[in-house]
Amino acid sequence: MNEGLLINIIIGISIASVPLIFAAIGELVVERSGVLNLGVEGMMIVGALLGFVVQFHTGSPFIAVLAALLGGMAIASIFAFLTQFLLTNQVATGLALTLFGLGFSAFVGRGYTEETIQLITSIHIPMLSDIPIIGPMLLSYNPLVYLAFFMVYLVWWFLFKTKQGLILRAIGDNHDAAHAIGHNVLRYRVMAILFGGAMAGIGGAFLSLVQVPIWGEDMTAGRGWIALGLVVFSSWQPFRVILGAIIFGGITILQLHAQGFDIRISAQYLSMLPYLATIIILVSLRMRAKNKTNRTMPNCLGRIFHSTT
Amino acid sequence: MSNIRLTSILKLSLLSAVLAFTSNVFADPVKAAFVYIGPTGDHGWTFAHDQGAKYVKEQMGDDVVITTVESVAENSDSERTITSLARKNDIIFTTSFGYMNPTIKVAKRYPDVKFEHATGYMLADNVSVYSARFYEGRHVIGKLAGKMTKSNVIGYIASFPIPEVIRGINSAYLAAKSVNPDIQIKIVWVYTWYDPGKEADAANALIAQGADIIMQHTDSTAAMTVAEETEGVYAFGQASDMGEWGPTSQLTGIIDDWGPYYLARVQAVKDGTWASSDTFDGIAEGMVEFAPMANMPKGLGDWAERIVNGIGNGYIHPFTGPINKQDGSPWLAEGETPPDYPDLLTMDFYVEGIDSKYPN
Repeated sequence: MNEGLLINIIIGISIASVPLIFAAIGELVVERSGVLNLGVEGMMIVGALLGFVVQFHTGSPFIAVLAALLGGMAIASIFAFLTQFLLTNQVATGLALTLFGLGFSAFVGRGYTEETIQLITSIHIPMLSDIPIIGPMLLSYNPLVYLAFFMVYLVWWFLFKTKQGLILRAIGDNHDAAHAIGHNVLRYRVMAILFGGAMAGIGGAFLSLVQVPIWGEDMTAGRGWIALGLVVFSSWQPFRVILGAIIFGGITILQLHAQGFDIRISAQYLSMLPYLATIIILVSLRMRAKNKTNRTMPNCLGRIFHSTT
Repeated sequence: MSNIRLTSILKLSLLSAVLAFTSNVFADPVKAAFVYIGPTGDHGWTFAHDQGAKYVKEQMGDDVVITTVESVAENSDSERTITSLARKNDIIFTTSFGYMNPTIKVAKRYPDVKFEHATGYMLADNVSVYSARFYEGRHVIGKLAGKMTKSNVIGYIASFPIPEVIRGINSAYLAAKSVNPDIQIKIVWVYTWYDPGKEADAANALIAQGADIIMQHTDSTAAMTVAEETEGVYAFGQASDMGEWGPTSQLTGIIDDWGPYYLARVQAVKDGTWASSDTFDGIAEGMVEFAPMANMPKGLGDWAERIVNGIGNGYIHPFTGPINKQDGSPWLAEGETPPDYPDLLTMDFYVEGIDSKYPN
């Protein structure tokens, strides 16, 4: 196997992991605040649609990504309103949101399936991108790829190095205590939900703007669900999201290449893998629950907050 | 009084006799339904079926009412969908292999409704099957691939290991080999009919492994867009003309023309002449057509057209012996061509020369 192929595989894995990183890091923040938003797939697909449509009409990738971000936020705001103000069940609302997002994007996207758009160009740093191996592997990506990794760092910094992040985590672990101290549980959670929606939207836009420049119904093909599993797999730790995304996203790529080498691993086993891994992590977390508080599920995940003032 | 009564009765019976006789003219429109595996926006397989449905509506106007349902998964969803359609329609077209068992099941419960199952093999009194000889199309594109490739590697994105897909792979490979003995084929199984992201990944993986011609048996235009973005890589449209996504990379495309067949079947229901049938038509009958030859030297395009005609006239059969199976055992003797059943319709082996392991 020559180095060109190896580089190609690494590039493929990086690209495949980006939508997952965006969606998962957004959902990580949401879950850290104690909210379980299962509507990731719906938000991603709406982001994919909006990104494609806006890029098609304006030709400006920047505006397209912005539109996708806002679209994801809009869908998330519906979720925020329903679960935080009307106090509906988070699981049911999230699922409904996914279905709504999928149907809505399919409906609005009907007129765009025949179109194609210009790809967002990758960056090209004059001297650095041409370095033989490092160049293509690390320095010639689309800006969104770098943004994904930067967002992971930003989320880590926010959650663990700022006061607001601490408050958010506290709310996720014990919203009653946080409320008693005087923190605005609702505001933190709504902001977190909107952030999650924005990230999912960008993740979806990456699919329709970078990975394949077409729009197709259901083109997220379950990536939103994998992102949800990814958050658990990463034990709600930001940097582990990257690890998980590379594993989950890379599995498909590796399997495709493996077929080229005639290494036959059953496709069904491989598509089970992300979910199996998630289950294993959940079980092992339960077993080690006492010691490492940072790596356990936020205590109030999915529980409705009733302010008792 | 009785005179008037008698004439009224006579007039009424004459009127009803006339009405019964001409009832055909005032008959209800035929209700036809189509079940699709993907979205019509795939611009591939489902798009082609929908074009066929639109053709029927165009030709029959108010005599037909058409219902279409998209993106019906090949599981219990399909049975439910077909059942609810059976309650209100006269004929139902189920356009994917995986709808076979649900179609037969529902057909048993609704013996007066006609069912047409695409690419399947189970028949019943009220179930027909129909398929197109796509392998004839694969022969043409295989020969083009053999001539146009510079790296001598064809990349094939395959969906599920069913006979139809295997036929396509074998036909393409044999054709390419016949004009280019050094040709190699790399096959990637994606286990989906429609997933643009995955199809694009598969195309990229194949290109990374040296392929400069991409063929697909999946339904979206993703692979074509990848070929368009990559210097020196060509691809073929699948089931529809994908030239819009590959202006400089589509050589041609295999187009499934279902319109005339659909029209004939719906018309047969209207005329009361419908009977269960097994249709397997190809270039000769107009079911398999091609997108305009492009991005190749003109001489090559003309040569390809001649091959198309040759197949249509019966001079060329894509599977003509001597051909052995992948394990070396003989399949066709010199000059021999295979029967449709069982050789083609239940094909479950690669031909000799393909060095990938046969998927299980």
